[in-house]
Amino acid sequence: MPFLNRSLLLALAVGLVSLFAIACGGDDDDDDTTPTAADGTTTAAATATATTATATATQPATTKLTVYSGRAESLVGPLIADFEKATGVDVDVKYGDTAELAALLIEEGSKSPADVYFAQDAGALGAVQEAGLLATLPEGTMTKVTATYRSKENTWVGVSGRARVIVYNTDELADAKVPNSIKDLTKPEWKGKVGWAPTNGSFQAAVTAIRVLEGDAAAKAWLEAMKANDVKEYKDNRSIVSAVAAGEISLGLVNHYYLYGFLKDQGDGFKARNHFTAANDAGSLVNVAGVGIVKSGKNAANAQKFVDFLLAKEAQEYFSTQTFEYPLVTGIAADSRLKPLAEIDPPNIDLSSLDDLQGTVALLRSTGVLP
Amino acid sequence: MAFAVLSHRRGRRRPAPAALWLPGLAVVIVTLLPFWYLWKRSTERGWSAWDETLSRSATELLANSAKLSLGVAVICVAVALPAAWLTVRTDLPFRRAWSVLLALPLAIPSYVMGMTVVAALGPKGMLQGWLEPLGVDRLPEIYGYWGALLTLGAVSFPYVYLVLRAALRTLDPFEEEASRSLGRGPWSTFAAVSVPALIPAIAAGLLLVALYVLSDFGGVATLKYNTFTRAIFIEYSSSFDRTGAAILGVVLAGLAALLLAGELFARSRYQARARAKRLSPARPIALGRWRWPAVAFLAAVVAISLVLPMGVLVYWLVKGIRAGADFPEVWEPLRHSATMAASGGVVTVLLALPIALLAARFGGPLARLLEQAAFATHALPGLVVALALVFFGIGYATELYQTTWMLLVAYVILFLPNALGALRAPLMRQSPHLEEAAAGLGRRPLAAIASITLPLARPGAVAAFALVFLTIMKELPATLLLSPPGYRTLPGVVWSNSSEALYGGAALPALILVGVAAVPLVLLVWRGDLDAVES
Repeated sequence: MPFLNRSLLLALAVGLVSLFAIACGGDDDDDDTTPTAADGTTTAAATATATTATATATQPATTKLTVYSGRAESLVGPLIADFEKATGVDVDVKYGDTAELAALLIEEGSKSPADVYFAQDAGALGAVQEAGLLATLPEGTMTKVTATYRSKENTWVGVSGRARVIVYNTDELADAKVPNSIKDLTKPEWKGKVGWAPTNGSFQAAVTAIRVLEGDAAAKAWLEAMKANDVKEYKDNRSIVSAVAAGEISLGLVNHYYLYGFLKDQGDGFKARNHFTAANDAGSLVNVAGVGIVKSGKNAANAQKFVDFLLAKEAQEYFSTQTFEYPLVTGIAADSRLKPLAEIDPPNIDLSSLDDLQGTVALLRSTGVLP
Repeated sequence: MAFAVLSHRRGRRRPAPAALWLPGLAVVIVTLLPFWYLWKRSTERGWSAWDETLSRSATELLANSAKLSLGVAVICVAVALPAAWLTVRTDLPFRRAWSVLLALPLAIPSYVMGMTVVAALGPKGMLQGWLEPLGVDRLPEIYGYWGALLTLGAVSFPYVYLVLRAALRTLDPFEEEASRSLGRGPWSTFAAVSVPALIPAIAAGLLLVALYVLSDFGGVATLKYNTFTRAIFIEYSSSFDRTGAAILGVVLAGLAALLLAGELFARSRYQARARAKRLSPARPIALGRWRWPAVAFLAAVVAISLVLPMGVLVYWLVKGIRAGADFPEVWEPLRHSATMAASGGVVTVLLALPIALLAARFGGPLARLLEQAAFATHALPGLVVALALVFFGIGYATELYQTTWMLLVAYVILFLPNALGALRAPLMRQSPHLEEAAAGLGRRPLAAIASITLPLARPGAVAAFALVFLTIMKELPATLLLSPPGYRTLPGVVWSNSSEALYGGAALPALILVGVAAVPLVLLVWRGDLDAVES
């Protein structure tokens, strides 16, 4: 047939082969993350640990785990690879925004393929638990972490702490000159000199904290005053820190740990440092990245192993030395350059009460901060 | 590329065989799924939710989207009209090379263009670095309207350029020659004869660009310009309730439907002009002393739309290699993206074929309805289609949910119009009398199609495959939302690295992505296949 000439035949063949690849898909990516040689042994090891480790699991032991991660791949990817190596479990990760994945979990309900929800905001974990989607964690897991940084309903546990700070340009300012309250950022002297990232989950959690501490009216007034003061919008914390160091802006509202990544790469000459606001100011909120097990998951034993892994010494030290967050398990020290967690005077707030992100987004939109 | 030229719908209408309209109808029903979902989802919480969502920012979004569409449209005509004329009608040096270079930005996704524009032209970007010795402390803000305008203008002018090239080739060169023999110079002829004849094609191209701007997500998100897609994505990704996203999606789809209706109208006008059989190519117009200014103009266009993004990516890559940065794994994402693009290309073309045959050969209300319904998804941004499929998957197709099959369905829905446009043109050019003759000689309709029509559809099918392949390679929002856990794709890796401001890590996958997407494009334009399809 002249119709099926060579190029078309080729395209058709490529397409059909690809379709075949999709049909048998799912498995092809697994061998890239787990060394093939280890397959035989890891399966055996995983089965052994699964049966001993979790007596609560009623499901048959599997070698799979699906994680919805609101934490970026660059931050937690290496840790997950370590987990795979240590346990032989094949982990499939869906990365996304913390809130986006919470919404997805809520929309999916009991049909979710997720076993674990790894979020970087206690509020999102709170919302998923409100929807009744998280399983109860064993007491032994929960008590590894101080009560402040875990769920009252025992459905999620914090694995690392992150403090909100004001990052400042060291050429322009000394630490003492940096405002001690985010309220002061609306003063004329800071007009056009402050950066924030309104689409960022950590920022939104901080706004929720202002709402919880001082009410919606105060939060609204602050947002409007910030806007009127020509605050500069950035897409994320890292861009803000880099813009502050470059002198594009003088101050920025960010999480504490991004700075240390830059210091590691660019040395102490990097022209930005963190400033903690005064006691009980929403500017120094300490939020957590935390984890919960999805009730409907098919791999409960592996999910429990993953949670335990995140709270074990190796992972906690990873958070301390690699992501420069605060380890939350007692007995593991934070990086020495960080202000100790005990010395930060965060606002007195129940982290679970940060679950009204809906209200915060509505407020951000009504003030024109978000479109 | 929905710009195929229809032609003669002559002849008595024959009844369409069920073997064509049944699959066509099935495809269209699946295609229209998103509209149904959108509507259902947006009305779930009553009209008060509409009030609440729209009162907040609808006017701003509407004004911004309109401003951006208009601005990009102006840029596109200003660049594409001279570019098409120079490369088709004149003795421009290296015409063929310019033809390819001017089409190549199609291989660059808007989010890649966006992040390189920010890096190069931002207040403290590379350009400012070079100008620092001259005392330039900072450049004006790039985020917002101007940045978005530049980014989308650079990635979308090739659409208009290709449409205009095709239209120019079908213009009767004798009209121009007559004008010149009557004493008009080449410029005056261009302005007085060629441009008016091109107006319907220009209008159609502009509407296409406006549709593209309305549904673009990556570019406006990178440049932080508040349009509907950005608002939908923010609503989707930072709120626990998706009603607001669905409502904004309905409004956006409505707007796009209006534009689409305009496009169809403009196209019908321009097709009326394009009936003429292909004529002998026009004698190239000598540019004379305008030769080098013309080259300079095209070089400037290529510099902004091609050299700038590629240069920044290469710069990041080199910088990353020197600093010993960790590069993301790219082979697995490349394999995934190429697999999806190839299978999506084949499936989409096969599914578009019955509809194209119906529309080109049988006509009638059903065929027209099917064709227009298939084109209607042009109005839905990838983001909205993906949202719809998430909901559909959870509710009705759990087996497909979070599998690559679902992703494939999304690609078919999104790119069926592209395939249809490319497939239809060569079919339309052939006289239906051929099949009528076959039927008269006793062939059954399907047999006539198999022996006569399908061979004629071949160049269209190859072009359609290439276009869908390239568009799937670049596609971002549906790929982000629908990829199964752990299924990495090139756009996904570029996006996640750039959203963490890890540009070194984004550079390598972005370069590979552009490189792979460029291959079918270069082949098509170089061989002139795309022109053949368009004209």
